[in-house]
Amino acid sequence: PPAVRTSITSRYEMVYRSTTAREEAALGAASAREADTALHPLQDASLGSLTVYVVPETSSLLPQGVSVYVGKHRSALVRAGGGLAARPAPLGSSVVAARPASALTGCGSLAGYEITFSLLNPDPKSHAVDWDIEDAVNRYVQPILDKLSLVANFSVDSQILYYAVLGVTPRFDKESSSFLLSTHSLPHVINPVEARLGSSAASLHPVLNFLLYVPEHSHSPLYIQDKDGAPVSTNAFHSPRWGGIMIYNVEAPASPQVSLPLHVDVDMVRVMEVFLAQLRLLFGLSREELPPEFLLESPGNEGLADWELDRLLWAHTMENIATVSTTLTSLAQLLDKIGNIVIKDDVASEVYRAVASAQSAMAELATGHLHSAFQASKEAVTSSERAFFDPSLLHLLYFPDDQKFAIYIPLYLPMSVPILLSLAKIVRETRQRKKEPTKMD
Amino acid sequence: MARSAATTAPALQKRDFKQALQGLARPRGLRCVTKRLARLRAGAPARGPPGEHDGRRTQRRTGRRPHLPRPEAAARRPHMRGGHSPPPFPAAAEAGTLRRRRGKMAAAVPAVGCVRAAAALLLGCCGAALASGVQDQAEQFFRSGHTNNWAVLVCTSRFWFNYRHVANTLSVYRSVKRLGIPDSHIVLMLADDMACNPRNPKPATVFSHKNMELNVYGDDVEVDYRGYEVTVENFLRVLTGRIPPSTPRSKRLLSDDRSNILIYMTGHGGNGFLKFQDSEEITNVELADAFEQMWQKRRYNELLFIIDTCQGASMYERFYSPNIMALASSQVGEDSLSHQPDLAIGVHLMDRYTFYVLEFLEEIHPASQTNMNDLFQVCPKSLCVSTPGHRTDLFQRDPQNVLITDFFGSVRKVEITTETISLDRDLAGFESKLPKDELATEPLKYAEQFPVAQIIHQKPKQKDWHPPGGFILGLWALIIMVFFKTYGIKHMKHIF
Repeated sequence: PPAVRTSITSRYEMVYRSTTAREEAALGAASAREADTALHPLQDASLGSLTVYVVPETSSLLPQGVSVYVGKHRSALVRAGGGLAARPAPLGSSVVAARPASALTGCGSLAGYEITFSLLNPDPKSHAVDWDIEDAVNRYVQPILDKLSLVANFSVDSQILYYAVLGVTPRFDKESSSFLLSTHSLPHVINPVEARLGSSAASLHPVLNFLLYVPEHSHSPLYIQDKDGAPVSTNAFHSPRWGGIMIYNVEAPASPQVSLPLHVDVDMVRVMEVFLAQLRLLFGLSREELPPEFLLESPGNEGLADWELDRLLWAHTMENIATVSTTLTSLAQLLDKIGNIVIKDDVASEVYRAVASAQSAMAELATGHLHSAFQASKEAVTSSERAFFDPSLLHLLYFPDDQKFAIYIPLYLPMSVPILLSLAKIVRETRQRKKEPTKMD
Repeated sequence: MARSAATTAPALQKRDFKQALQGLARPRGLRCVTKRLARLRAGAPARGPPGEHDGRRTQRRTGRRPHLPRPEAAARRPHMRGGHSPPPFPAAAEAGTLRRRRGKMAAAVPAVGCVRAAAALLLGCCGAALASGVQDQAEQFFRSGHTNNWAVLVCTSRFWFNYRHVANTLSVYRSVKRLGIPDSHIVLMLADDMACNPRNPKPATVFSHKNMELNVYGDDVEVDYRGYEVTVENFLRVLTGRIPPSTPRSKRLLSDDRSNILIYMTGHGGNGFLKFQDSEEITNVELADAFEQMWQKRRYNELLFIIDTCQGASMYERFYSPNIMALASSQVGEDSLSHQPDLAIGVHLMDRYTFYVLEFLEEIHPASQTNMNDLFQVCPKSLCVSTPGHRTDLFQRDPQNVLITDFFGSVRKVEITTETISLDRDLAGFESKLPKDELATEPLKYAEQFPVAQIIHQKPKQKDWHPPGGFILGLWALIIMVFFKTYGIKHMKHIF
């Protein structure tokens, strides 16, 4: 988080031009979505830019009542007429520049993340659960992680845990004949499970856990209740910087005589829809409230719209630069305070590199090159962290001068008193002898 | 005239807001409310929307993350809609300048105010927070903003007769684990091993109550720093994060800016220092500096420091970083006493302060709403003989609003997931754009665990001989010279 005095000024550069013939052809498509897909290869959209097409008021491209449509890639369609001047500014800022709620920004965001998918089966006697996680990860999760690979490195694991129970007993609700977990008992669900997840052994990187819980036969079906008492449609909840949990209910068998264990094939698409939404929320990419005339295209299988990626990069770059400045300032303050600290050469070179990278990041940001600015800021943060957390900078190892006095004076002062007095005696005697050289009888 | 009205307008009370809210037909934004309020109080039109005062007062009180919407911020930045809080400090500066300018141009204010209010009405009014939304945000403001919990529990004394310090630390460890903090988030440092000490008549146990009622050692204690690894240097390295890269993850404090950390220290202490391992000390200045280093790097959101030693209050005297709350078992000049000896084990089992803290914590369960004020009352002088102290001036929230489980437990913030992405089931998997490099997987094998051949044939390393340093030489030369000068050089021939 930036220090008190930083302020951020954003500047938008707007370029106006008329559409090319091919863009006109693309805009003649039937619906906004098709127009968007047709326009995508025609743009030379670089990271951080947004192309806004103004369509005539009577165009049928945008549905009724919608005047702004934001696509999956970096383009938007705006209906002309009616206070056009006011539109680009809100569009630009709300779509491009607004800072996403920084749920996952922090010094751990540099190195990488470890994403773990866990299937919790507390009742293997009743349910034999199968999930095709590898295929689901390749089809649905990998695309969004590939897009986010600019921001951080990711590694994905999965595991199945048996006999892992939730820490909370759900209540039975007679009206819906189902079990309910209330909102205020949700925070206590995570802790008993976490010890068994093995997340600490995985790596030094922060771990994001996505848990799929298949309730026991005696506690099926299990729903999460929101504040108003209605069951939540996704049956899932998440915790910032930790991950998410989804409860997957197995339908009760038609006939009670069916032999247990029931074989359950998890519907990975339903599960991944929720998990990917939680992943986006954990990264701060939530859909904020826009006025009803705006229509945002859902990113679909790609998971992440290009302009959302831009937003994330902007936010990360700014945060990185702010972090670098605070780190280096506090390092300088530490060095001022302890006068005789020894700075090793590699610490010094890291500091120089951090400063140079931060300056280049600012320069790139000023000209609008988002990608190189982000890379430079990432390098700057890595260098500054390495310099700050160098093990040799422990202030304990460097004695201040007053401590040296405090230790040696009580030891040597009493001892040196007779020595100094004797020295004085010697000097006096030598002088006396010199004064009477001829005392000879 | 307008200026005098401005200076005599009384400050607004909460009840005025309530009145204004009750009179509205439908919920409106804060800007509408405050404008209506201004109209209600017909004597103070020139001051402008009064809500700015309250917004700014709240802003200053927290200094960090204000959650109440700021009407003037919404007015000045019409494009930033929808629940994003703008960067707080520039807004506060703007609010300040706004007010100052208003004070100067008192005559022009009514016109300006009307125009500004109209603009604000248009932009920020009906889309902004509802009355209940303001309530929610106010509630959120008083709750801690942490997302994870860490605990650093340190016992600094060794030897069998300091059994009680290990028992103290283990009982806090046990409470903290029971209330939900996982082992991966606890750094436990025990300077000596009591459970497997040869003098322990009941091996593998550490008791905290007389008659061996409660074994705090339990079945799954995970000690991170044990024995001689508990040094001042290691402790400071854990706190500041300057650890060598080879340190395993369980020995690191991987906290971030949203972590609440509990630090518990026990042992023998004095006025301004705490003794480690009978051979070194950590001073209160070093501890305060370490906390400041943590704050500079935002390694904690809030910190609770508990110390159970003699003259413990001296250790928290020098703290100067924000968001630290400290508790100590005794004041400067007082000794912390131990609780009760067990005749079968032969040593004192617990210290009084921690004994009563443990009793207090046994009543707490993960969902309890007990707050810090109760913890401050835990061991009165009648029970503890020493006077426990606490320090909350560096802490931003009121201790009344701080839950015990904010530090001792791990109650996570959860949100219900309401949105989903729609995925196309039939779409074939994307070809990954990144090249997957196929590493040749070579069979991995363990390194030689015990290289016997190397050890047997190892020659002892020759340590280079260094001549004694100048200071020692000079000192001896001085002493010898003075001796012989004083007593006469004739003694020399008897020596050599």
